[in-house]
Amino acid sequence: MLTKRIIPCLDIRNRKVTKGIRFQGNVDVGDPVEMAAAYSEGGCDELVFYDITASAERRPIDLAMVKDVARAVHIPFAVGGGISSLHDMERVLLAGAEKISVNSLAVKNPDIIKEGAKAFGSQCIVLGMDPVRIEGKECKSGYEITVRGFREKTGLDALEWAKKAVDLGAGEIVVNSVDADGTCNGYELTLTSMIARNVPVPVVASGGAGCPEHLVSVFTEGCASAAIIASIIHSGKYTIRQIKEVLAKSNIPVRKKW
Amino acid sequence: MIIIVDYKAGNLTSVKLAFEYLGIKAKITNRPEEILAAGHVVFPGVGSAGAALRNVNELKLKDALEKVVEHGTPFLGICLGTQIIFDFSEEDGGTQGLSLLSGKVKRFASANFMDKVPQIGWNAVSIRKKHPVLEGIEDGSEFYFVHSYYPVPAFREEIIGETGYAGVTFASIVGRKNLIATQFHPEKSGRIGLQLLKNFSKWEGQAC
Repeated sequence: MLTKRIIPCLDIRNRKVTKGIRFQGNVDVGDPVEMAAAYSEGGCDELVFYDITASAERRPIDLAMVKDVARAVHIPFAVGGGISSLHDMERVLLAGAEKISVNSLAVKNPDIIKEGAKAFGSQCIVLGMDPVRIEGKECKSGYEITVRGFREKTGLDALEWAKKAVDLGAGEIVVNSVDADGTCNGYELTLTSMIARNVPVPVVASGGAGCPEHLVSVFTEGCASAAIIASIIHSGKYTIRQIKEVLAKSNIPVRKKW
Repeated sequence: MIIIVDYKAGNLTSVKLAFEYLGIKAKITNRPEEILAAGHVVFPGVGSAGAALRNVNELKLKDALEKVVEHGTPFLGICLGTQIIFDFSEEDGGTQGLSLLSGKVKRFASANFMDKVPQIGWNAVSIRKKHPVLEGIEDGSEFYFVHSYYPVPAFREEIIGETGYAGVTFASIVGRKNLIATQFHPEKSGRIGLQLLKNFSKWEGQAC
């Protein structure tokens, strides 16, 4: 049986892992390569790295870091942030990453999904999206896509955008709830399940995990295929093994040996 | 020396890094003469079958691949590399494969919305037959999969391991003589995947 994936997210700033709430008040929590190796040893199923300042600083992604991670861990990992062209994607993949996550870039230039999928295969192209809950009728699904670290609204409906991205060739969608991010109050289940029920590709829930029970909910009610976690493990509050034990007790299939 | 065949089908770096991590020399090449001289051949790949086979043909690799398999060189197919060595794949409107293994490759039919296609993630492999490359690997171990198509070998006795997904039980490891092929990615399957690669590097090509 296919197991549910637990994916620690490492936000990178100046080659340090950092954590903030809604992209603010960031504090450094460790070295990316050491943390990646430790989480991999600890039983995570995949990893994701976001170079959170690359775009804002208009510099390319830190390829040396990607190479170091690829040498240290032998599980899949995705890289996002600071990718602005097919050439950038190629360099990240050749450095040893399994997947590329595009977010703001894809909103600005949706064809990059198509070009990336054609050049490297859909399985490499992850669409990251940051939807925010909105009142009113501008977006039918009730969620609007934001970009640039939640700073800008786009007028794009979250569900429409997810479907379009899949049509263009995205192989996976990371749904990062702006409202839940960093709160530790649980994933946004309505949003996650709405996207998951309406696209054929796996949906990865992101934002809001504060305790193992939140993952139980997102894998059942939220219909997620995978869940991103950050503060819950960066803080040392829980280990991946502890989270998986809770999931297993709720009859959610998880990888138990590594 | 392990030779990793480069036919422009995705990222081979992780395969090379996995062998390097194990202290095993590996080289990425697209030159037929290097493939022919290899001690072990790894045939990986991600992407689509049609494009992959076009590249294999353009690079004139077919002959070399057939010869090494025929001559008994230990050969490991991975993911797309496994799919395109069968006779036929349903992908890209139907694609003729390299016929190093007999059988075809079919697409998952998703019966409900939670059977996502592609299958992405860790799934268990039930070992159906003992094999030197699986030495020290427990029955039911999980490996990392990323695929929308799955192999259907013509001969049941060539199925080494099986995995269940989207209502089917498919062959996730297939073997014939000196050839072994996995649908999953051992290079991305953590310690257990590394064990498989290490076993492969020591294997002389005899099945048991």
